[in-house]
Parts: sequence; structure tokens; C-alpha cells
Amino acid sequence: MLKHFSNNKWGTRIVRHIAAIALVMTSSPVFAEIGEPEKEDLKFGFIKLTDMAPLAIAYEKGYFEDEGLYVTLEAQANWKVLLDGVIDGQLDGAHMLAGQPLAATIGFGTRAHIVTPFSMDLNGNGITVSNEIWELMKPNVPRMADGRPQHPIKADALKPVVEKYQQEGKPFKMGMVFPVSTHNYELRYWLAAGGIKPGYYAPHKGDIAGTLDADALLSVTPPPQMPATLEAGTIYGYCVGEPWNQQAVFKGIGVPVITDYEIWKDNPEKVFGLTREFTEKYPNTTVRVVKALIRAGKWLDENNNANRPEAVKILSRPNYVGADYDVIANSMTGTFEYEKGDKRSVPDFNVFFRYNATYPYYSDAVWYLTQMRRWGQIAEYKPDDWYRETAASVYRPDIYRKAAEALIAEGLVKAEEFPDFDKETGYRPPQTEFIDGITFDGTQPNAYLEKFPIGLKGKEVL
Amino acid sequence: MYKATQKTFNLPWIDQGLDYLAGDRIVRQLGGFVQSVIVPLTALAFFLMLWSVGASQVQTSLGQLPGPVKVWEQGKALYQEHKEERSREAAFYERMQKRMDKAIAAGKPQEKIDKIKTRKYTGVPTFLDQILTSLLTVAFGFAIGSVIAIPIGIMCGMSPTLYRAFNPVIQVFRPVSPLAWLPLVTMVVSAVYVSSDPLFEKSFLNSAITVTLCCLWPTVINTTVGVSGVSRDLLNVSRVLQLNWFTKTVKIVLPSALPMIFTGLRLSLSIGWMVLIAAEMLAQNPGLGKFVWDEFQNGSSNSLARIMVAVLVIGFIGFLLDRGMLMLQRFFSWDKNAVLR
Repeated sequence: MLKHFSNNKWGTRIVRHIAAIALVMTSSPVFAEIGEPEKEDLKFGFIKLTDMAPLAIAYEKGYFEDEGLYVTLEAQANWKVLLDGVIDGQLDGAHMLAGQPLAATIGFGTRAHIVTPFSMDLNGNGITVSNEIWELMKPNVPRMADGRPQHPIKADALKPVVEKYQQEGKPFKMGMVFPVSTHNYELRYWLAAGGIKPGYYAPHKGDIAGTLDADALLSVTPPPQMPATLEAGTIYGYCVGEPWNQQAVFKGIGVPVITDYEIWKDNPEKVFGLTREFTEKYPNTTVRVVKALIRAGKWLDENNNANRPEAVKILSRPNYVGADYDVIANSMTGTFEYEKGDKRSVPDFNVFFRYNATYPYYSDAVWYLTQMRRWGQIAEYKPDDWYRETAASVYRPDIYRKAAEALIAEGLVKAEEFPDFDKETGYRPPQTEFIDGITFDGTQPNAYLEKFPIGLKGKEVL
Repeated sequence: MYKATQKTFNLPWIDQGLDYLAGDRIVRQLGGFVQSVIVPLTALAFFLMLWSVGASQVQTSLGQLPGPVKVWEQGKALYQEHKEERSREAAFYERMQKRMDKAIAAGKPQEKIDKIKTRKYTGVPTFLDQILTSLLTVAFGFAIGSVIAIPIGIMCGMSPTLYRAFNPVIQVFRPVSPLAWLPLVTMVVSAVYVSSDPLFEKSFLNSAITVTLCCLWPTVINTTVGVSGVSRDLLNVSRVLQLNWFTKTVKIVLPSALPMIFTGLRLSLSIGWMVLIAAEMLAQNPGLGKFVWDEFQNGSSNSLARIMVAVLVIGFIGFLLDRGMLMLQRFFSWDKNAVLR
């Protein structure tokens, strides 16, 4: 047939055109070079926590400059100030809690359409209790052969202590960093798994304290002030990111009992958030920012965390995290000190790039939305489609893909280090490594909510 | 020479040191030397020893209270960090220079090359930068305060009616703490100072205006007292000569009231400097107040020592500011024989 076609002039032309089209369609997608950045002077906010590292590294190693971006990094006083700064434009983007873009978009707290094209890290938090509470918990914790407490320590060990305090009429107060923070949801998850009720929110009734029907009262404290508040006795425990758990051990104020790695293995933690207007007004700038951050994440995890000591040196500067080198170094270099002297190896305490840590998975967004529903921040029932659509409007793997493909084309990152973009749906396979053993399937949020003994489910409204 | 330096500096040890070098009245000078140099030095050494011993007894959650040695080390460390930041800045400008050369070679448009040339380094303010910011802020706030306070003081001094009108306001606002003014100032500045390319940072304005609001009262009150205390004879002279209002003020009232006005200004400046540190802590103006606050929040084992370095620097600068005002006062004062401390 081809021979017949090639015998006349038109046939040759058609064959050539078909061959060309076939060649283009079967080869890899055509990579369009990212244009010049529309806005070169950028200001990013962060909170003084170890996991702002990708921002610091992208700045110090010149990755932002390579993209033609000139960035000022500014520490913010607390998460609320940071979020307000992004919403009203003073900050172009910020190191954010994974729940903040979601909460802002659905209207819990200040409403604004925030999106995130980059996940900054996995894991990185811990729950610390004061020395007195630890002494009361210790008898309830099973021991290993060498006498040390067996990990993970479940909240079942804390339940008798909470009940004791309730009988004595003392409210059991704990701290977390923000109502829509990963720390809040992880602390609640851990408490609920041990049978302790962490309280509900009722925003439709105007109650956003989150302490309805609570055994443990959770309140907001900015991370740097947590050790001081614990020492003062205002709270008996807190959930916060590093270095504030190790700081408590170093100063002899408290004892970290569990890391969020043990609550939910490889959970998403911080994201890089921008307003949707920014990504629409400055698309090239956004992709370039993500490119620089991906490179920073890769550097942090490179060669089995070989660069971490240098990263800690940078982070211990007063304008980044400012805590002592030794305090930050622990968790960043793969050890975590629980009780004083009880150092255990947790190599994946902070993960910045491996296990596709930087890809913004929709299923991560859905988990946070389910927890918001579980505790009442989302006041009424939402169908599974709502979860899917909200996740898709906030998490932007499409921007991530553009950045990743640019990096692959420039030879800076290999294609194997990214997920297979053509096949990736954005939903992780069902995850089983939770402390209470319940499986999470991001495509079935309502079915997931049904599995919890404590928490709102179905059509319940407070 | 003794008299000349004494009048300008009022620091006896310099004067006596100079005399000693000149060889005048050696025996007398030696005695004076012992008194004005050895005694303070001994007292200082005693104070340092007391500090060192006392500090080692106190354990805080941020580590042991730092003694003089640790504070000195941190002072050096701060200077070292300043130098490192400056070298990073130099490296940045070198990179920009290379970028500019590449752009010129590649034939990029002129505006692009200009943008690279005018690009500023986005580093962090070092300790020395923060000292400068604090000084600028207090100067700005104090200047505005004085410009408002002195005319009001003169008017109130010369007219009993105006004095009776303004006095309640002055007495009520005088004791208000800067920390109470700050939220109001922040709100007003946010609402009123809206511009796409602001000349001043909002935090700078917040701090400076708070300084103004707190430091203008001593000047007002002292100017009023000084002006109303002008000798009757002098006022009679002006009536006899039929001087107009302006000449009377400039030639008779002001020179006579100058000592009191300067006393007011000195008080205002010292209050302004104290207020500034508090205002900076809250308004987050990148000066010494913010340095102390950030160090406290960081909670590193060096934080307390660094805060002490800042405390000493704040005190020393306050002392220098006061001495500076004193020198100005001597310069403007017509009565060169008056003793000014």
C-alpha cells in the first residue's frame, strides 16, 4: 500500500507528513523552555523551624539566582502573620503548613485562594510532654529487653494520666502551633488513637476554640515559645516541629515521646504556598521558584544525607533558625533524642526529596481535609467529589511537572528521581503505616472517616 | 589647653592626660591622675569581678548567665559575623558584575543591563547595620519631636492663655507608655501611609513616630518653663526698643531660654533612646530592639551573652548621645562661664 502511495507526488507528501506526526506523537512530550521571570525581586516568609531548609539552601547555594530570581527571606512572628502576609501581598510566597492553603481556600479562617505546587518535606514533628507527665506515663509504657521504653509510645500510656488530672479538676492542656497545622491533626490523631478525646470545633456556631467535649484541651502557641510555656506549666505537652522538641530535651524541660514519623510514616508536612493570583500573573516566576526549591530539596537529601551537616551550619545562623548547631543537628542527621541519653536512629526524621517528598499529592490534601471534617472544622458532610475538587484546586502538580521537566531537560535532575508524570494520578496507593493501623485511601474520604471510633463521620453535625 | 579641652569635652581625664604629657605641674597632675583614672578603673575591675562571680551562680534554662568573658567573646563573634556578611555581599556584587559582562557580550537590551547594575544585595542586616538603623530612627523621631515641641513650648511660655489651654493635654499624654501608643500608631500608619513605592518602611515609621510621641513632652515643658522665666528686665528692654514679635523671640527670648530648652532636649533624647528599643522590639524595625527580641526568641546558648552585648552597646550609645547634646549645648550657649554638666 505504501509503495502504491509513494508512486505519486501527493502520496509521498502524505506519507512524509504522517511519518512526521507519528514521530512527534510517539516521542516524549515536547518541552517548552520556561520564559524569563516576570517578577525578579521576591520576598518569601518562613517560620524559624528546621524544615524551612529548602528555602535557605536555595538562597545560599544560589539556586534562586540561577533562575534569575532575587529573593529576600524574612522570618515571620507566627503562622497567622505569615498567612496574612501572603494573602495581602507583602510576601510573595511562604513556607506554610500543609493545611493552610486548604483551610484558606475553603474559608476556615481568613479566606483566600492559596495554591501550592511544591511539598517542602515529609515528617519532622514530635510530641513532647513535660517531665512530670513523663514520670506519670512511664509506668504505663512497655519496656524493651534493655529497659528502655518500647517505641512507638501510644497515647494509651497517657490516658490514665489525663483521667487522673480530670479527677483532680485540672484541665489537661496541650499546645500546637495553629488550628490547621499538621501538628494539630497529628496530635489529635495520636490522642484519639489512645482513646483521649481532643475536642471538636463548631465554626457554624462560632466556636473555633476546638475544645468541645474534650478530654485534652488544645491551644495555639508559636513554636519558639513552646519550651518556655511548657516550663512555666501552662501546657503539659505540645506537638511541634524541630528544633523545639530537641530543645526541650537539651534544656531538661521535657521529654519527646513520639515523632510523627511513627504516627504516620512519611507524612506530608510543610508546603510552599502562593496565592492563585500570583501563579496566574507570574507563571514563569512560579515555575522557576519550584525549580530552585526542587534542586534545594535534592541537595539536602543527596548522597544519603551527606550535605546535612553543612545545611545545619547554615540553619544555625541567627537569621534562619538560630538554635544551637547541636540541637538542630540531631534530627537533621538522623538521630532523635527521646529521654535524655536515649538517642535512637531515625534516618528519615526529615525527608526533603526522596520518596517523591516534593511532589504535591492530591491524596495528602484529602487526608488533611478528612481530618478537618473529623474534628468539625468542616461543619457538615461533604461528598467524595468535593474532596477531590478542593484538592485539585489547591494542590498543583501541573506546575510541579513543568518545573521537573525543565530540570530534566537541563540535566540537573534525572528523570528517574521524579514520579512517572504520564502515569501519576496524584493519589498515592492506600497507606497503611498509621499508629492505629487504619488504612487511608485518598480516593474514598468518607469511607475513611467511618473507620474512626472518635471523630465526626457521615452526616453528623454538632 | 586645659581650659579649652575642659570646655569642649568635660572629660577630666583627657585634659589631665594632655597636661601630664605637656609636663605642667607634674606632681599636682599625678595626684589628679590617680583620682580621676585609677579610682574609676579599680571600681570597674571590682564590678567585673562581681559580675563574673554572680553570673556563675545563676543557671537559667538558656544556660549559665554569661560573665564578662563570654560577653566579650560574643561581641567579637558579632563583629566577625558582620565581616562575613560583608564578604558575602561583595561576592554577590562580583557575581552581578559577571552577569552584567555576559549580558553586554550577548548584546542584551540596555534596560536589562541597567537592572543588573542596580540590583541590591538581599542579605540580612548585621549587628552594626542594626546599630545604624536604631540611630537613624531615633534621630528621625527626635527631630520631628523637637520641631513640634519647641514652637509649642515657646508659644505656651509667652502666652499664659495658650499655656492654660495646652496644659491639660500635655499633662495627660506625658505619662503614656510607648507600648500603649504603638498599636494605635501601627493602625494609623497602615491606614494613612499607603503607597506603591514607599520611601520609608512601615516599621521604621511606627518606631520613629512612637519615639516622637514619647519624647516631645520633656522638651515642651522645659521650653515653656525656660521661656516664661525670661527676666522681666529683658522684656522691658524689648518693649522700650519696640521690637517686633519675631525679633523679640529670636534675639531676647530664645537665647535666654536656651539652657532650659537644651535641658529639655537632652531629657527627650535620653527618653527617646530608651523608648526606641522597646518600640523596635514590637514594631520589628531592624535595629537593636529587634536584635534583642530575635536573640531571645532563638534561644541558642549564646543568646544571653549577645543580649548583654546589645545592652552594653545601648548604654554606651545613650551615653555618647547625651555627651553629644551637651557639646551642642555648650556651643549654642551664650554664657560661656556657666557650668554645664
